[in-house]
Amino acid sequence: MILGIDTSCDDTSAAVVVDGKSVLSNVVHSQVEIHHAYGGVVPELASREHIKNIMVVVEESFLRAGIGMNDLDGIAVTVGPGLVGALLVGLYYVKGLAYVCDIPVAAVNHLEGHILSIFLEERTPPFPFVALTVSGGHTSIYHVEDYGRYTLMGQTLDDAAGEAFDKVAKISGLGYPGGIAIEKMALDGKNDKIKFPRAYLTKESLDFSFSGLKTAVALYMKKWHDGQAKEGEITLADIAASFQESVVDVLVHKVMIARRKMGVKAVVMAGGVACNKRLRERLSEVAGGEGVEVYYPRPEYCTDNGAMIAAAGYHCLLRGETADMSLDVRSKFPIQELWIDD
Amino acid sequence: MKEESFTCRTSSGEETINLGLRLGSLLNEGDIVALAGDLGSGKTWFTKGVALGLEISSDTVITSPSFSLMNEYQGRCALFHIDVYRLKNVSDFLDAGLDEYLYGNGVTVMEWADRWPEVLPEGSIKVQFVILDERSREITLSGCHPKVLGMLKQIREEAE
Repeated sequence: MILGIDTSCDDTSAAVVVDGKSVLSNVVHSQVEIHHAYGGVVPELASREHIKNIMVVVEESFLRAGIGMNDLDGIAVTVGPGLVGALLVGLYYVKGLAYVCDIPVAAVNHLEGHILSIFLEERTPPFPFVALTVSGGHTSIYHVEDYGRYTLMGQTLDDAAGEAFDKVAKISGLGYPGGIAIEKMALDGKNDKIKFPRAYLTKESLDFSFSGLKTAVALYMKKWHDGQAKEGEITLADIAASFQESVVDVLVHKVMIARRKMGVKAVVMAGGVACNKRLRERLSEVAGGEGVEVYYPRPEYCTDNGAMIAAAGYHCLLRGETADMSLDVRSKFPIQELWIDD
Repeated sequence: MKEESFTCRTSSGEETINLGLRLGSLLNEGDIVALAGDLGSGKTWFTKGVALGLEISSDTVITSPSFSLMNEYQGRCALFHIDVYRLKNVSDFLDAGLDEYLYGNGVTVMEWADRWPEVLPEGSIKVQFVILDERSREITLSGCHPKVLGMLKQIREEAE
């Protein structure tokens, strides 16, 4: 039984997971409601918040799992990549708890957590597979050969897809969180009304670029407000739907190129943007046409959470990778550095 | 001290990167570059140039730190790329420990730095971005510290 803790960005989260797959509890001190109250994209995401939250969140995870700290076999904690101040809160809490309980600690890479979040589900992909992690901070494609063996195939060169959603939502006055606001608004719009750019870069490139799209929408919104863009004919919903379609097109196109290149039959999509229904729909459609299976974790495992960290940590501990008390956080932590040789 | 400035127009992302590179090559540990301008005005592109000027490998991808708040890179000295877009007020900035980078061992580039000018040390180089049209940007570098005036002079001379 493993406790997983993540404090790499805004959320303080803790979860209790058995054998790296059965989730007994998964508690996220989400600050989305706080953001909403201020009506902007403005979290109170200080390290201080993590300090305030962490004991409460861990105790709640024990309570919901119906266990005590003496039932734990190990603790998994995110050591990077992320903000040093935020990561340190999680790490030092874990060091103290592990010392008291005399149990091993696994140092987890946050990105590996996202990739392995799919193993918290009943339906899991066979290795090897291609994974797309897509969130506010990341848009990356990985080739996953096994636990601990990940190769980065492509990534965003500027903005992450989730960031594009949030910034476009802000430009359009649609509120926060931007991903949900745009998805909701897009339901009432036509996604082919405006042809926003698709940044495919070169034909075979697996890298992404969303900053040009963000700028294109900003310029379009300006024209739209000035009444130059056939106002009356084009609605805000059309803009939202057309923008969303542009992001979805590129994500689906590139992950399928990666899939063909590696010749795998399974595609995993994780991270906050993986909750987007239009993206799921399109990916399933395209993958289905090629006889490829698509796997998504449920939304609570898509956003940052402790359960995925526990899942990744479980495999570290199985391999005998335990960290000692000198363990430190890493603001930069490329996933390739995890590579496990035979 | 009197503030001086240098203004130029760029007509592509590449030109914006080039201007960043020219500034970046003049920067050293402890220097702070304060970027301001609308969404999509070229702040992150400019930072890609600063990174090249700091001899950070061109294989290293400089991505937006809007969500992570800070991305760190290593070249001939460290680059701390900060973005305060998501933060609500100065106390968020301080609570996240971001002020420590301003006095850290590296060059700091901060996006949306005009929101709280009071946190910026005196020797900061201000860079203002204005969107002219789809591709063109007007970029103004300014400052009043003698060190900054020296950099502006060099950039101006190179441009002529």
